[in-house]
Amino acid sequence: MYDKGKVLTGLAIFVIIVTFPIWYNASGSEHYPNPKILTKVKDCVMPLAYMRSSHMKLLVDWRDEVLRDGNRTKVTVDGVKYQRSLQDGCMYCHKSKTKFCDECHKYVGTEPYCWDCHFVPKETD
Amino acid sequence: MKILYPFVAVIGLMLIAYFGAQAGLESLFGIVIPYLAITIFIVGFIRKVVYWAKSPVPFRIPTTCGQANSLPWIKQNKIECPSTTSGVLKRMFLEVVLFRSLFRNTQADIYDGPKLRYGSSKYLWLFALMFHYSFLVIIMRHMRLFTDPMPFFVPILDFFDGFLQIGTPPLYISDLIILLGLLLLFSRRIFLPKIKYMSLPADYFPLFLIFAIASTGCTMRFWDRVDVVNIKHLAVGLASFHPVIIGKLNPLFYVHIFLVSTLLAYFPFSKLMHMGGIFMSPTRNLANNSRMVRHINPWNDPALKPHSYADYEDEFREVMVEANLPVDKGLPVKEEEAPAEDTAAE
Repeated sequence: MYDKGKVLTGLAIFVIIVTFPIWYNASGSEHYPNPKILTKVKDCVMPLAYMRSSHMKLLVDWRDEVLRDGNRTKVTVDGVKYQRSLQDGCMYCHKSKTKFCDECHKYVGTEPYCWDCHFVPKETD
Repeated sequence: MKILYPFVAVIGLMLIAYFGAQAGLESLFGIVIPYLAITIFIVGFIRKVVYWAKSPVPFRIPTTCGQANSLPWIKQNKIECPSTTSGVLKRMFLEVVLFRSLFRNTQADIYDGPKLRYGSSKYLWLFALMFHYSFLVIIMRHMRLFTDPMPFFVPILDFFDGFLQIGTPPLYISDLIILLGLLLLFSRRIFLPKIKYMSLPADYFPLFLIFAIASTGCTMRFWDRVDVVNIKHLAVGLASFHPVIIGKLNPLFYVHIFLVSTLLAYFPFSKLMHMGGIFMSPTRNLANNSRMVRHINPWNDPALKPHSYADYEDEFREVMVEANLPVDKGLPVKEEEAPAEDTAAE
C-alpha cells in the first residue's frame, strides 16, 4: 500500500464519523419517555395510535378552526364534552408540560412553537 | 430499458419491505438487515480504498488547469496547478467542499450555421451542490434518532432547516431541496441527449433509490405519520447493540430503513464510492512538482542500476567507432597507430 499513513488516517476518520452514534451513545444512557397523564377519563379525543403520531396535526387543525374560523364547537368523547383548546381542553388531563409534553419532545428533539403564544402553565404538583 | 430496470428494482425493493414487514418479518427488516448493511458498507468501503491505495502511481499526473510553477516572473496559479502540499490541500478542499471541477464544466453544442459553440455549463455543479448538501444536512439531522441525548448540532440544524415554519410538523428546507436536486439531476439525464446516451442503469439506480428514500421519509413526516418515539427507541437500540421493536410500526418505516440498508450495502460497489475516491484521485491530490523532485517508479527493480549515456558509450565505444557512429569521447590513442578521428568534434 502506498501512502500508508495518509490512507489509514483517512480511513480512521471515516470509521469514526460513520460509527458516530455508537461511541456517542456509549457515554450517555437513553431516557425512554414516560409521559404522565393525570385523569380518570379513559379515552382521548382520538385513538392512541393517532395521537402518538399525529397530535400536532390535530392541534393545528383545531387552532385554525377555532382561532381563524371562529368555530368553537366542542368535541364529544364518551358523552363528555371537551373544549377544543390547549389550555382548557388538552391540559385538563395532560396537566403538566414538563411531565407530559416535554417527555417525548425532548426525547425526539423537537421544539413545537405552541408556547410562542400560549402561556406556559404553572407546574403544580 | 436503462431507466426502466432500475426503476422496477427500486419499486420491487419497496414492495418487499412493505409486505415483508407486515408478514411478521419486522426484526429482519428493522434489525438484521440494517446491521448487515452497515457492516458491508464499512468493510466494503475500507477494502475498496485499500485496493486503490495498493495501485502504484508511478508518475505525477495532476490535471493542470492553470499556469504551472515556472520562471519567477511568470505568475503561478497555485490552486489550479499546485506545486506544494499546501497548494494541493487548498485544491482538494475546494474540490471536496465546493465541487470546483464541476464548476469548470463546459458544454459544446452545434447551432445553426452549423457552428460549434463552447459555453460554460454550471447546471451539474449547481444541482450537485443542492443534492449533496441537503443530503448531508438530512443525515446529520437523523442523528437525533440514533443518539440520546442528542448532539449539539441537531437543534441548530433543526432550527434553521425548519425556519420557514410551514405546516406541522414544520417543512424542512433540506427535504425540499434534495427532492428538487434529485429531480433536476434525473431530468439532466433524460433531457440532454448526450448525457442520456451515456447514462447506464448504475446511474439511474442510485437516483431512484435516494429519491425513494427521501420521499418515504417526507411521507412519514408530513402525511402518513409514524410513532417517532418507538422508532427512535429502535434506532438508539441499534446504535447501542440492544435493539427492541415496540409495537407495530408503520410499514413505510420499514420501507425507508430497507432502502437505506440497500443504499449502504450497494455503496462500496458502485459509483457512489466517489465519496472515498475523490480523496484518492491522483489527478487531484498530487502536486505538480516533477521538475523539482525526482519521483522514482515504485516497481523499479533495485538490482537494475542507472545506466547513463557516458557508461553506455564506454561499453560500446569501439563498436560505435567501427560503425561510424558519433561518440563524445574518441578511442584512447594507442602507440604505433594514427590518432583516432574525433568524430564528436566535427
